[in-house]
Amino acid sequence: MENFTPLTSFLGGSLIGLSATLILLFAGQITGVSGMMAGVINADLFEKYWRFAFLIGVVLGAMLFHRWEHYTSIPDSGLPLIPLIIGGVLVGFGTRMGNGCTSGHGICGIARLSKRSIVATLVFMGSGMIAATFIRPLLGV
Amino acid sequence: MKLILIALLSGIIFGVGLDLSEMTDPQKVISFLTLDSHWDPSLAFVMAGGLCVAALAFYFIPKRTKPFFDDVFHLPTNITLDKPLILGAILFGLGWGITGYCPGPAVANLSHGFNLSEPLIVFVSIVAGLLLHKVFFERD
Repeated sequence: MENFTPLTSFLGGSLIGLSATLILLFAGQITGVSGMMAGVINADLFEKYWRFAFLIGVVLGAMLFHRWEHYTSIPDSGLPLIPLIIGGVLVGFGTRMGNGCTSGHGICGIARLSKRSIVATLVFMGSGMIAATFIRPLLGV
Repeated sequence: MKLILIALLSGIIFGVGLDLSEMTDPQKVISFLTLDSHWDPSLAFVMAGGLCVAALAFYFIPKRTKPFFDDVFHLPTNITLDKPLILGAILFGLGWGITGYCPGPAVANLSHGFNLSEPLIVFVSIVAGLLLHKVFFERD
């Protein structure tokens, strides 16, 4: 557990919770990134704009953080190109089919004690652990 | 307009939170999802932090008659555990466990620019997955 970061992880998670609180209080909506991405592609103009603004904010927030921390290294999963693309497609397709991801189900859904979200989170945590523990080694990473 | 500004601010807080908790680093996520002797439980603390705040919010705020900038709350009403929910969660988990990216960090990592590197490839692949679902399952 050499890289264990309980404090910054908890604080970062709290900020994600605060963000979801603002969206609930002002817009009355669930903060789900996969849903917002789909909303930008699908929904009517008004819905599109605020979701688009949120997603732009996420990018700006990360940029601000990089500036504070002088953090520039590009994220690297270590995966070859084809598995990386297939994995990304699974994430996009799966979150639409299952109606949510780590933010919508994992944070907001569990917070409001939704049975669907609790089950979905347990299932994607489980399949995520299986994939990382057993499939990644087969891909040579 | 007011809602756009609140959404932008919420997004900024969300993006800082993702980066502070290192959820934007796929290796950090993978070290939580990989059950071996190097297991890193940090991601559970991200969820715990998020849930502490969000649980209070989702308990108290819906007791109001309406949100500030809308007439009603838009909370999901579906409570059935159906096949798409389970199958979708399985597929998402597989993609998440292989790559270490879920949608939020994939968006946040566009902060590294639009050059042809892993952040852009992952983002475009996820959008392709969303579109694939739209084409096959969301025909009007």
